[in-house]
Formats: sequence, structure tokens, C-alpha cells
Amino acid sequence: MEFTFWDIARNLLTGLEWTLALSLVAFICGGVVGLLVMLARIAPVRWLRILAYSYIELFQGTPLLMQLFIVFFGVALLGTEVSAWLAAAAALTLFTSAFLAEIWRGCVESVSRGQWEASECLAMTRLETLRYVVLPQALRIAVAPTVGFSVQVVKGTAVTSIIGFTELTKTGSMLANATFEPFMVYGLVALGYFALCYPLSRAAYHLERRLNVTA
Amino acid sequence: MAYEMDFGPVLANTDVLLQGAMFTLGLTAIGTLLGVGLGIAGALVRAWRIRPFNYLFGLYVELIRNTPFIVQLFFIFFGLPALGLRLNEWEAAVLAMVINLGAYSTEIIRAGVQAVPPGQIEAASALAMTRMEIFRHVVLRPALAKVWPALSSQIIIVMLGSAVCSQISTEELTFAANFIQSRNFRAFETYLATTLLYLAMAILIRQLLGWIGRRYVVGAR
Repeated sequence: MEFTFWDIARNLLTGLEWTLALSLVAFICGGVVGLLVMLARIAPVRWLRILAYSYIELFQGTPLLMQLFIVFFGVALLGTEVSAWLAAAAALTLFTSAFLAEIWRGCVESVSRGQWEASECLAMTRLETLRYVVLPQALRIAVAPTVGFSVQVVKGTAVTSIIGFTELTKTGSMLANATFEPFMVYGLVALGYFALCYPLSRAAYHLERRLNVTA
Repeated sequence: MAYEMDFGPVLANTDVLLQGAMFTLGLTAIGTLLGVGLGIAGALVRAWRIRPFNYLFGLYVELIRNTPFIVQLFFIFFGLPALGLRLNEWEAAVLAMVINLGAYSTEIIRAGVQAVPPGQIEAASALAMTRMEIFRHVVLRPALAKVWPALSSQIIIVMLGSAVCSQISTEELTFAANFIQSRNFRAFETYLATTLLYLAMAILIRQLLGWIGRRYVVGAR
């Protein structure tokens, strides 16, 4: 079967859509879980803090590929077949949540202790303090590093090609094998990732600078 | 029927796993030495705006930091032979790691180099130090000391990322794990044990780099 350049580009674009979809799912679900982990990480309860710390250490200290394998083969042990798409989304969610939790913890802790104490003097509860005093300020600091980390999420999705999820990299591998033109195909694949990641990197850079000026 | 965990078949292959771990550490060591070396050169060129190399390094840094490691690896291993550059799986893995770490460490070290106050460099040249001496003692040392934690984290990320080198059949730790689980069909147990091994290696490297930092970079004169 003959592949024209247009065929290759069209297939890669479909792969790119899946990469984008997986990135969005991982980032949104990872954000929700990450928020919970971050709250546990700064909780007044000691064992919760230790649990959250171990969670973060575990996912930051092991390869994403291993996390994927464990989810992929681990869920299968429970007797249910898991699709590559689900395993990829679940593993990337865990991975993303650990990193975001740690990034956001730093942001929350950069809000000065005096703010907590002042809120306590005003008889605000811990949750009220978080909701009305600390998080609004931490949010501003968190925007730039969060956007910056989204680049790592997009790049992380490439590893899911190994468990057979047909995103951009997997599509590229199949096309490279079919067309015997790995140089061009992987070049285009790299270009696809660059098109997704470069705007995010630039945005993170500009947000960081803007924040430094006003802060 | 509940699944019964059995780590026996995995533990029987401890030697294979440990050998894989050794190769991963070896890859990381070579990748780190060459990658950080490239990063120092890149940081110098970028911070002091040595044309035209600063533009080239800028392009290189952006290209590498905005594409996944696995695509860089595949491009080197499968793509470059089209240009007549045929590398075996080890050479490709090392080259990919060096190029990847080189880009990140260029940016990390550059931040440290730019944080050195210009007055300090002027003071050094007033003391008749040569450019090379100034670079070594006045710029590089304090710059590395400043960014040592960030650099250490990046080295660990590169070590963990090297797991995908198994895909081009570089026989490192993940390759060893794939080999074991393909023979004992205990995929979950094998990958769990491997994951813990990676975690131990990450902690070990962090401790080691912390020690090197305190002994030779941050605290040293």
C-alpha cells in the first residue's frame, strides 16, 4: 500500500487529537485529585500529611512507564479487562496529581504565616481561611508553574504509546513501519508535540514574568 | 476467583533485575557527565550571548524541551540511519539522554550564571584573573552551587525517563523487567518489584548528589 504525504499527515493529525484528548483528561482529573492530595499534604492531621507525602514521593520517584504498567496489569488482575485508553488516563491522572499537589503546596506555603494567624484572630475556621484568604492568593502564584507543568503532561502522554494507546507517537511508529520513512515521520511527530507544547511554554514564561513585575 | 500474589518467580530473577539496575545507573552516569558538560557549555554561550551559538543553543533548548524524550529517542534510533548515522541501542540511548539533559541543564545552569553579580566578574578581572580562571572560580562554582538542587532533580527525571529506552531494546532495568514477565507471566508482581527498585535508585541518586553537592560544590572553597 502506498502512502502519500497527505495520508501520513492526516493520520498523524488524528493521533494528535488523541494526544490532546488524553492530555486534557489527565490534566483536569489530575488537577482535581492533586487538589485533594495538596489539602492532605498541608492538613493538621499528621497521618494524612504522611500519606500524602508518600503518595507524592512514590509517583515522583518512579518512571511513568512503570506506573502505566502497574495500572494496566494491576486492574486486569481484578478480573476486568482494561482498555489502553482507560489505563493511560488513570495512570497519567495519578502522575499529574502528584506533581500538581507538590507545586500547589509550594504556592500555598508561600502565602505568609501571618495571614493564617490574622484569620484565626478573626475567628475564621481553617477551611474559611483557605477558601477566602490563602487560596485566592496562592492561585495567582500557581498559574505560571501550573501552565509550565502542563507541558510535562502533554509529553508524558507519549509514553502511553508503549501500552498500545494510539496517540501521536504510536501512530508515528505504525506509519514509520508502514512507509519505511522513519526520518520524516518521527520528524513530523516531534513537530506535532512542539506545536502543542511550545505555546504552553511561552505562556508559562510570560505569566511568570508578568507576575514578577506586579508582585 | 481471587488472584494470588506470588513474588517467588520474580525473586528468582533478582540477578537479572540487579544487572538491569546497574545498566540503568551506568547509562545515567554517562548521560549525566556528558549532559551536564553540554549544559555548562550551553549556559556559557547563552548567558554571555556568544553569537551565533547562542541562537543555535536557544533553538536546541526549545526543540528538546517541547518534545517527548521517547520521540527524541525514536528519531535518533530509527530516523538518523536515513542520514547515514547508524547507532546501536546503547549509543542511541546515551545520545538521547545527553541531548535531553543537555537542553535542560543549559537552562538550569544559565539561570545560575546570570545570577552571578557583574561586579564580581569585574572584580576578578581587576585582580588580573584570566577569562578561563574567572569562568571556573567566579562564575561556574557559585552558579552550580545555586542551581544544584534543580540540577539534581533533573538528573533523577532523566534516570526515570530512561525506562523508555527498553523500547529500542537497550538492556536496562525496564528491559530486564519485560524479559522476566514474558517468561513467568507475573506481570504485576514483576513491575511492582521493578518500580520499587526505581524508587530506591531515585532516593540513592538524590542522596549521592546531595552529598557531592555539600562536599564539592556548595560548601567547597
